[in-house]
Amino acid sequence: MSSTGLASKKTWRLGAITPRIVINTALIAVLALVPLYTALNGNAFTLTLFTRIVILAIAALSLNLIMGFGGMVSFGHAAYLGIGGYVVGILAKEGVASGFVQWPIAIAASALYALVVGALSLRTRGVYFIMITLAFAQMIYYVAIGLDRYGGDDGLTIYKRSQFGALLDLDNRTVFYYLCLVLLLAGIYLVWRIVNSRFGMVIQGARSNERRMRAIGFPTFRYKLLCFVVAGAMCGLAGALLANHTNFISPAMMHWTRSGDLIVIVVLGGMQAIFGPLIGALTFLVLEEGLSRVTEYSNLILGPFLLFVAIAMHGGIDGLIAGVRRG
Amino acid sequence: MADALLQIEVLTKRFGGVIAADGISLAVPVGELHAIIGPNGAGKSTLIGQLSGEVTSDSGRIRFDGRDITNLPVYERSQLGLARSFQLTTLFPDFTALDNVALSVQAHAGHSFRFWRNARHETELREPAQAALARVGLAERAATFVADLSHGERRQLEIAMALAARPRMLLLDEPMAGMGLEESARLLEMLRTLKGVITVILIEHDIDAVFALADRISVLVYGRIIATGDPPAIRADAGVREAYLGEGLAHG
Amino acid sequence: MLYFFEQFLNGIQLGALLFLLAAGLTLIFGIMDLVNLAHGSLYMLGAYFAASFAERTESFLLGAVLALAATAVVGVLLEVVAIRRLYGRDHLDHVLGTFGLLLFFNELVRLIWGPAGMTLSLPSEMLNAVEVLPGLFYPLYRLVIIGVTLGVAVIIYLLIMRTRLGMLIRAGASNREMVGALGINIKLLYTLVFGLGAALAGFAGLMQAPILTVQIGMGENILIAAFVVVTIGGIGSIRGAFVAALLVGLADTVGRAFVPDLLRAFLSESASSSLGRALSSMMIYLVMALVLIVRPEGLFPAAGR
Repeated sequence: MSSTGLASKKTWRLGAITPRIVINTALIAVLALVPLYTALNGNAFTLTLFTRIVILAIAALSLNLIMGFGGMVSFGHAAYLGIGGYVVGILAKEGVASGFVQWPIAIAASALYALVVGALSLRTRGVYFIMITLAFAQMIYYVAIGLDRYGGDDGLTIYKRSQFGALLDLDNRTVFYYLCLVLLLAGIYLVWRIVNSRFGMVIQGARSNERRMRAIGFPTFRYKLLCFVVAGAMCGLAGALLANHTNFISPAMMHWTRSGDLIVIVVLGGMQAIFGPLIGALTFLVLEEGLSRVTEYSNLILGPFLLFVAIAMHGGIDGLIAGVRRG
Repeated sequence: MADALLQIEVLTKRFGGVIAADGISLAVPVGELHAIIGPNGAGKSTLIGQLSGEVTSDSGRIRFDGRDITNLPVYERSQLGLARSFQLTTLFPDFTALDNVALSVQAHAGHSFRFWRNARHETELREPAQAALARVGLAERAATFVADLSHGERRQLEIAMALAARPRMLLLDEPMAGMGLEESARLLEMLRTLKGVITVILIEHDIDAVFALADRISVLVYGRIIATGDPPAIRADAGVREAYLGEGLAHG
Repeated sequence: MLYFFEQFLNGIQLGALLFLLAAGLTLIFGIMDLVNLAHGSLYMLGAYFAASFAERTESFLLGAVLALAATAVVGVLLEVVAIRRLYGRDHLDHVLGTFGLLLFFNELVRLIWGPAGMTLSLPSEMLNAVEVLPGLFYPLYRLVIIGVTLGVAVIIYLLIMRTRLGMLIRAGASNREMVGALGINIKLLYTLVFGLGAALAGFAGLMQAPILTVQIGMGENILIAAFVVVTIGGIGSIRGAFVAALLVGLADTVGRAFVPDLLRAFLSESASSSLGRALSSMMIYLVMALVLIVRPEGLFPAAGR
């Protein structure tokens, strides 16, 4: 009669104050106040770091959609960061500096590649899916290395950030930061809505038991594919932001260890947690940064920490907050 | 049979050297509760698999309401009105009982390319789901996570999910497996209410239940149907006694 | 023609190295169901140990033997202290955990040996070239790699197919729970398998050290190729790893050598050069994608998976 030992997985619920809500609200507040801190402090570095955190959080958010909620473990997600970034970089080099042109194309190109990759990969499962997504990311990586005109292995500097006319001046670090933050919050809200909608139910159900989903009548493939494309598009946007942030693009953006970083961020923050990617990005990058100030050999601590999280912390950091164990 | 809802024609399936289905032919009319019994390894689950679409047959035809569904994928057969329950409980473990059944309702409530409204607040999904749960006696357990349900309750949930799809035909693969006496009796009563309303193909080991419920029974041995008929006829069939019922019948 | 044969031999030699890595990976994956991103770190340690010990003892052979032993010990320690706590978990936990180990080992190596990398020189006899075909001289050492790896492959084959331990390993690959139920000391079996995998990885690392590289992060690049080999070959299958390793080694080497030339027939010099480079780097992934489309479980999947 009793439970088998698997803990109940509570779904995200708004409207009752939980520790999770408190922490997430606090997070948003902290993020909103970073530019103020920088202005008072005079140290631009914090703003740079947090911009990077927010951008990677968007990328991780898109990965969490397919991986955390959809169970599709993509080891090639950094490819979309690269595609988004390269579209911006290439267009900038060719004289097209308008963000109104660059960004939609960046998103569309990423979505298109995700469509191709998804259509071919989603027929496989488990570790084979992981490997095939990895392979497709490697292919794009090597294509980028081969693009001599755009820097090849060395990369390409972007001298002019995406132009939005009088609307937004991306060269202003504070403006750029808030744009990224707004996009992140909008993305979080969007993912939250998607995940709880009928579409989201299909995606989550397919993760939970795909066989049963098909048995009850869902043509799961098309839903997973659309989810995969949406995630790719979102990550492409993150890539465009990243290129602007660093004023630089290079194949290293899409190296498979970058995809590994994204997976680490998502798992660290807590899969299936809406704010998980943000928590993960914050933790990972702050740790990385903080440790590098303490010691020259930061990975001697970061590495075992990740191992510890993998062994001891089910459900990532969010799981710790919400008191939930991942089944 | 002219009004057969399900027509199975010479269905065959081999797994390597083992013949799981050996030219099975069967016709099931609308509204019948047809039980399939047989010793373990006879090929009953394979047959269910072939009917639901998870197992591809080597040869033969399956017709559902006149339409050839032999090569249709699983989800399309479900959309046509063929629902199944699984012998080994296969549910959505990280969802509540109500969520599970609501998914089944959702599958038959149009497409799911809706991205905004919270599906858990949609009455057109939740109400039929609640009703299906009530039908199998799980109404009070709606908000319980599957991981916290007892084995018997999960078996009931299995049925509820199949029912929620409002099927024209139910394939039940040993629904009473692992259930206690009380739960089995309750399930028996529920299945009785389905007679005449939904066509049912029932695989069961509980012979008493089978003889109490079935309109007709087919006996499957080594992938072959050795006898088909109403309960008294099967009880009397010498070949069946020898192959399967044997001493069990003396007590039954 | 001779050039083709030379590239062919290079491909076999690369395949040999890949086999050593993939064999360990596929066993660990097949039996313990563990995704091990730190496998490349053991490969790296093998190379570094060999370079260090060879320098100390002034003997390549002694250095190699010591390195092999040292890597095996590290592997066993790693399994006992960390890896065994990941068994039975989600693959994602494995990715996270072993990724952490990968970072740790890269940093550890940097701490101990410095960032510059090392060299390992061969004994002078190995520097000769052998005339394998009229007019084609091939480095002796590369032939040694091929030969030794073939020997190792035969030993592993005999181990897996003809010994009791091998039988347990094969049984474990197809049905983990059963082996535990039979009362076999699963913990010990797993430790041995991991240790064997570590030794093979270290062996690959030290063998390639004189001709390729000894530097931080060297494990990452070849690890991916090893995973590709395991995927193509079928998880849990040594035979699959062998065939796939040769296939991948040849595809990569021959591809790099001839694809640019092939393209030159159709495209301009610069286009065929850059496209050629890109395409040949992609070769092994294209092969994998093709194999998975036709045989989604790899060429020789271990039964029951």
